[in-house]
Amino acid sequence: MITPLSWLKEYVDIDVTPQELQDKLFSCGFEVEELYELGKDISKVVVGKVLTCEAIPDTHLHVCQVDCGEHGQFQICCGADNVAAGGKFPTALVGATVYATAKDHKTVEGVMTIGKGKLRGYESFGMLCSGVELGVSENMYPGAGYNGLLVLPEDAPVGADVKPILGLDDWIFDIAITANRPDCQSIYGIAREVAAVLEKEIKVPALDYTESGATLDGFTVTVDCPDLCPRYSAHYVTDVKIGESPAWMKRRLALVGIEAISNVVDITNYVLKELGQPMHAFDLSTLEGNAINVRRAKNGEPITTLDGQELTLTDANMVICDGVKPVALAGVMGGLNSEIRETTSSVLFESAKFARDNIRRTSRALGKRSDSSARYEKGVDEYATVMALKRALHLIEELGCGKVGATHADINTGNSVEPRALTVSIDRVNKCLGIQVPDEEILKIMNHLTFAPAIDGDNLTVQVPAYREDIETYQDIAEEVIRLYGYEHVVPAFMPSAQITVGGLNLMQKQELRLKKALCAVGAYECIHYSFFSPSDLDMLKLPEDAMERNAIRLMNPITEELSLMRTTLAASMINAIARNQKRGNLEGRLFEIGNVFIPYELPLTRYPNEKARLCVGVFGDKESFYTMKGIVEKVADTLHVKFTYENTATSYTHPYQTAKILCDGEEIGYFGKLAYDIADELDMRTQAYIMEIDLKTVSKWYGNKPVFKPLPKFPEEQRDLALVVAKEVTCGEIEAVMQAACKYITKITLFDVYEGEQIASDKKSMAFSLVFTPGEEAFAADSVDAFVKKILKQLNKNLGAEIRS
Amino acid sequence: MNANLEQIKQEIIVGAEELNTSREVYEFKKKFLDGKTGKIGLLMKEMKNIPPEERADYGKGVNELKVWALDFLGELDTKMKAKELQNRYESEKIDISLPAETTTEGNLHPITLIRNHLIDIFAGMGFEIFEGTEIETDYYNFTALNTPQDHPARDMQDTFYLSPEFLLRTQTSAGQIHVMEKQQPPIKILSPGKVFRSDDDATHSPMFTQMEGLVVDKGITLCDLQGMLDEFVKKIYGEDTKTRLRPSYFPFTEPSVEVDCSCFECGGTGCKLCKGTGWIEILGAGVVNNKVLENCGIDSNVYSGFAFGIGIERTAMLKYGINNIKLLFESDLGVLQQLND
Repeated sequence: MITPLSWLKEYVDIDVTPQELQDKLFSCGFEVEELYELGKDISKVVVGKVLTCEAIPDTHLHVCQVDCGEHGQFQICCGADNVAAGGKFPTALVGATVYATAKDHKTVEGVMTIGKGKLRGYESFGMLCSGVELGVSENMYPGAGYNGLLVLPEDAPVGADVKPILGLDDWIFDIAITANRPDCQSIYGIAREVAAVLEKEIKVPALDYTESGATLDGFTVTVDCPDLCPRYSAHYVTDVKIGESPAWMKRRLALVGIEAISNVVDITNYVLKELGQPMHAFDLSTLEGNAINVRRAKNGEPITTLDGQELTLTDANMVICDGVKPVALAGVMGGLNSEIRETTSSVLFESAKFARDNIRRTSRALGKRSDSSARYEKGVDEYATVMALKRALHLIEELGCGKVGATHADINTGNSVEPRALTVSIDRVNKCLGIQVPDEEILKIMNHLTFAPAIDGDNLTVQVPAYREDIETYQDIAEEVIRLYGYEHVVPAFMPSAQITVGGLNLMQKQELRLKKALCAVGAYECIHYSFFSPSDLDMLKLPEDAMERNAIRLMNPITEELSLMRTTLAASMINAIARNQKRGNLEGRLFEIGNVFIPYELPLTRYPNEKARLCVGVFGDKESFYTMKGIVEKVADTLHVKFTYENTATSYTHPYQTAKILCDGEEIGYFGKLAYDIADELDMRTQAYIMEIDLKTVSKWYGNKPVFKPLPKFPEEQRDLALVVAKEVTCGEIEAVMQAACKYITKITLFDVYEGEQIASDKKSMAFSLVFTPGEEAFAADSVDAFVKKILKQLNKNLGAEIRS
Repeated sequence: MNANLEQIKQEIIVGAEELNTSREVYEFKKKFLDGKTGKIGLLMKEMKNIPPEERADYGKGVNELKVWALDFLGELDTKMKAKELQNRYESEKIDISLPAETTTEGNLHPITLIRNHLIDIFAGMGFEIFEGTEIETDYYNFTALNTPQDHPARDMQDTFYLSPEFLLRTQTSAGQIHVMEKQQPPIKILSPGKVFRSDDDATHSPMFTQMEGLVVDKGITLCDLQGMLDEFVKKIYGEDTKTRLRPSYFPFTEPSVEVDCSCFECGGTGCKLCKGTGWIEILGAGVVNNKVLENCGIDSNVYSGFAFGIGIERTAMLKYGINNIKLLFESDLGVLQQLND
């Protein structure tokens, strides 16, 4: 909220510095996001009187002798066409700062410091300035818009600083207003807070006017949608003379960034900024049927707004109609057909309260924003609605641009603009705060807020002004008290009355953290990716049309299509992360993520979807292989004290012969495999990549597993190495299973060599295993282990055709 | 006979000259001293062929030779081993300035590191950790938190909707409602998790991480909030850190405060990090609005509470000096490798 100090001062006597006011506002809940002097970039510019002014031959320049009073008399060269002897102009002394302009003398290109100069051989000790060079527009100071020198009044004291003369000594506060205080979305609203915090009286703007007696006979106002329009007031103004607004009004509008248009339109904008109430003025001559009707738009109903845009409405929008047609898009923008023109002679002023949600939706749906809609979206109160209409009528009279008629319509759904009584317990207020605020302090604070307080024992009764719709309970009063009493009065305590609770992570959270640390230990870096992904990611994974992953929940209002689906797999984000790393020259690495996938039970959602935590690991680089990834999978199993088994499987995005299904206790919990080559190529990957996903929600049922202690063997273990020759298709897993089944004393089987080549048949391979035999209750007899080996070999031969390698 | 012993002795002395390794010493020793095959051993076996009257002298002579040989060769062995050890060390001389070989260990994500740190602090104060779901209903995310449909506060958060009823939670307080519905006070929960708002620039990401805390018990006041915050900032930013409360607005707390801590970079004198103010905004908090308690079936005449919410990314960005939030979600190893604890 842009707030000029000069405007605030109209309602409150401010006797502190702008910085002190900033601190006071900050401590009572209004953060000043920016505070600056209007003329912050202008310095050492004084009133100079041109004593002599001589043209420099063959140029547009003049050389002047300029009297700058106490600063001295200087020779200054000037190119402006309105420089003249006897005139007073803003004079930038050597060392002054002003705005630098482009060749057009209009566009500001930065700030410059004035130095001594020499033009066409004439020395120049300063510069005579235009409005633009001082950051002053025509609306801020009459005459400042001229493309030449800004002419100062004849009575301007020579040598004086020009800033107070041009109003550049004003201060601008940009104040953040929290959503619960729409009543402060105006200069007057801020002034009320300033008055409270400075403990000053608030001066109410003049609201008086005289009605002329002119009436609009038979004129009716009706509201068909009171839910969207709880209050609609209108008033008739005759004998309108459209013209320019006075300088003071134009200046104020300019300070808050509004361009002056014409007196009647300026009044509506002025009231919007001053009181926070959007106003609208209709040219009465354009209204047909002697009526105003507020209703929902019809589906497909067209309107052309005053910026010339044609819109097609729906019944979610609200329109203001005359007896025949829509004349305004309620709360957003007037219609082109009822716009105020130079010829306008009578006006109907509208001051209404529209439901904020409806205005917001209309504004967003149609992509149409205005100062008015922005204001309505934040919420307008009825107090301001009534006050604003009076203020606008007062200004019509004050500016002499019309006569206030007698026809007034006010459709009210029954809300009062009178203060409402609220009684709260002082004890509860203090118990909420945890400190004892003295009764007299509470009274003082409530008085400064104009809450008209009275204390009776423990009861505090206040009259809450109608604009404070946020005040409902003792907690709200507690906040009002503490924000003005000061948060520095709060004394730290440590829940002396609270019961002891035992905090910390639950099993699930602990195991997840252990898992993360275990993965870090194998060199993997944790990643966090967005919970949403792109439909194109599903195509990147080459998932078939009927793939479960394609049944993803869609955002209704995504930022971009890239972030429009809730993830059904973590693989896509991981593969993209690997590709991104490779593009940036990181050709090897290990990454992991624990995140949720979102599996809907049905679409559109009618109940919470299945939100499941998953682990995804991605490894890439020349050193990685299927088996290094398998090592990471085993690390997961070890960390959780479970055992995984593997089966061949396939996914649409992994190598058809290098992908394994991971099972735990026979239940499928995930997969891992090498990224398919076509996908790697499409993503311009330079090194191979492997990907793994495990469903942690399923795995979590084993989270309670503890490592089981087995007593150390009482008798020595024995070890035997076996080199086998088997057919190429026989798997290590099959051999291990046969070995294990053949002898219960085997406690460890380690494959230590695989050989294929010249020394054995071309359809065979050699596999060398190391077996550990652990005795039970008694030591192995002399030849018993040899007997076990014999039996194992026999079984291997019988089941898998394995031979001992000779 | 003595001549024979003397000859063996000379043989040992001469032969030892030729020995170069401890292995050779061992073999040489065996040649003479092995019980079965060694030359001195064999002399012992000869004993039975010696006339009984000469046996004592013979035995003594052989034994003396044996003792001398053991001693002589033992000494040689020690010397040889010492020399070999020295040689081995010398042969393994290295350039200690060559680069180190390291085993790479990964890192937890900076968000996880900060999250764990905060969890440690609050778990010690008796907070349980509760993670709700990322997909929530409009009721739990807004209405139950005193933000009905037409509430101005809904504009503060641009919400991603999945259906008119379901949305991506904009705050983890949504999950706390579920806890309060199921559990009567005392409640002390900390809810870390991903939250979502339709916002995308250098300091805003459409997904970010929040950690909200909630305490509900008898007699909880604003002073308790201040006390807990003081404790918290001291633990995370250092003993000298101070806090400052200032009024703010959240629909689910009343009074609501914004909490600043004294700048941990400059200690409060003003610097670039705190933009010259000496204070850094770290979290939002307040006394739980009674309407929220009542919505969850908790009697606000008996219980009261406070709540606070911390943005983890902001804390991480401050801690590591990261200026673009996007870096946290891009998984660039060049970035991740730097951000360890």
